[in-house]
Amino acid sequence: MTSLEITQKAVILDQGLKLRSIRKRSRRVKESAIEIFLFASALSAVAITFAIVYVLVAESFGFFEHVPIFDFLTDTQWTPLFSDAHYGILPLVAGTFVTTIVALLVAVPLGTIIALYLSEFAPSRVRETVKPFLELLAAVPTVVFGYFALLVVTPLLQHTIMPGLPGFNMLGPGIVIGIMIIPYISSVSEDAMRAVPMHMREGSYAMGATRFQTARLVVTPAALSGIVAAYILGISRALGETMVVAIAAGQQPTLTLNPMEPAATITAYIVQVSLGDLPHGGIGYQSIFAAGLVLVLITLGFNILGHVLRKRFREIY
Amino acid sequence: MVDTVVNSAVPLSVENPVIRSKADVKSLNFFYGNFQGLKNINLTIPDKQVTAMIGPSGCGKSTLLRCFNRMHDLYPGNRYEGEIILHPDNVNILARDVDAIEVRMRISMVFQKPNPFPKSIYENVAYGLRVRGVGRRAVLDEKVEEALRDAALWNEVKDRQHELAFNLSGGQQQRLCIARALASDPELLLFDEPTSALDPIATASIEELIADLKSKVTILIVTHNMQQAARVSDYTAYMYLGEIIEFGITDELFIKPKNRHTEDYITGRFG
Repeated sequence: MTSLEITQKAVILDQGLKLRSIRKRSRRVKESAIEIFLFASALSAVAITFAIVYVLVAESFGFFEHVPIFDFLTDTQWTPLFSDAHYGILPLVAGTFVTTIVALLVAVPLGTIIALYLSEFAPSRVRETVKPFLELLAAVPTVVFGYFALLVVTPLLQHTIMPGLPGFNMLGPGIVIGIMIIPYISSVSEDAMRAVPMHMREGSYAMGATRFQTARLVVTPAALSGIVAAYILGISRALGETMVVAIAAGQQPTLTLNPMEPAATITAYIVQVSLGDLPHGGIGYQSIFAAGLVLVLITLGFNILGHVLRKRFREIY
Repeated sequence: MVDTVVNSAVPLSVENPVIRSKADVKSLNFFYGNFQGLKNINLTIPDKQVTAMIGPSGCGKSTLLRCFNRMHDLYPGNRYEGEIILHPDNVNILARDVDAIEVRMRISMVFQKPNPFPKSIYENVAYGLRVRGVGRRAVLDEKVEEALRDAALWNEVKDRQHELAFNLSGGQQQRLCIARALASDPELLLFDEPTSALDPIATASIEELIADLKSKVTILIVTHNMQQAARVSDYTAYMYLGEIIEFGITDELFIKPKNRHTEDYITGRFG
């Protein structure tokens, strides 16, 4: 091999290396562009959440300049439309909790039983038939549910077990919200139960357990973290529900824990104000941000609780 | 390739001339839908002995094992034909009018992968008794301790019985599953490749345990590990393609198999 040939070879080799490093660099640029794009997408969700919280807090500041926080949290009247205006959040919080509790009393037992049935007992054909109907229940617009509460459930209660029930009350809407959140609870719980590995169930059956014993003593505890997550999702959904209570609960902010009485919830109040009963920019207007902030804090509290419970009961198979 | 199926009456060993039968499998066929998993199985399970079932993957050894506690009933489309007669009361445990749950009350099982329940060590062992309606603390305490001692786990866990079972090591979890299976005083104990998920040391302890347990309970073990079958069992059945090719006293089967196919398998020429 002559020295010339060697030099030529070296040049070719060198060019090859250069080409490869250029290709490498362009790949790296492309990769990082994609990464930045993905990061920005993820960031936007977080940014929007923070923006919402910022608006809520900023507008609430204006509100709390006029109304002391202490009054806001302890006053038992919510009458922003009266000349003698009171801004006590308690009646709205009470309304929110009463409707949510009624809803959970309906949805937790029913949703859990449905999930257990679908996951542990139902033949696959039944499961495949029932699930779309349950999901359909979640697809019904909430305004339909609102009129269902007002025009079907409340009259039904009046004609059967509670003749003295007023036309607007928290019981009817509570029951309807419960029906509304059943699919959330049942489908998330069912997923958690079906994720319990078959070998664990077989262990139980092999000990002579019945299906129900296996479902109750092995599958449910094994799926507990997922079931808790389903309940928390249901609670958040019920707390934030607006149309049903706005339509059927009466929109009267009364401090009561009696579900037979009419009341307003935080969400019902917000929708009432935003429909135009209050002038823009006034203290009444700002009050919806304070009310919204309270709702966000309550929901956040439940999410944190859910996170803690999920960690505590997390599955280890 | 599969020529003769050796008749499977209990072969008597010299040391132990009076061995009774615990269970007789008679012309058993088993179907997964249209697929026939077991073909005309005839087998006698000797009482208070360890019987191993060996054979290449897919030969039907686990399928046969799971007939004994009617595990196949859990899945749709499975069908049994033939009989498994359980002694001393001569009941056919595959009969339609025999409740699978009753069968599982008498025949326990230990699985391939340790599968403790998401409960405390104590409650895992007490599970079989709880599902039988035993609720008295004194009875449970006594039975749990006895089962944990029999499973050689008592000394390791006696001070932490109320801890979650998942905190135990893999080998301990498998011994816990053995304790769970023993707590209900089974007549027959089924092992489905019980050491395949364990390390050699844990495997040795389980094998030792199986040897100790045979004075109390008849044991049927499926294993893909021939050395394990040779170590722990008194009798061995070699299966291939859903049939029993040869059944005999373990030492004889491993030293001078009667069937060429068995010989090929145990000498590693096939499988």
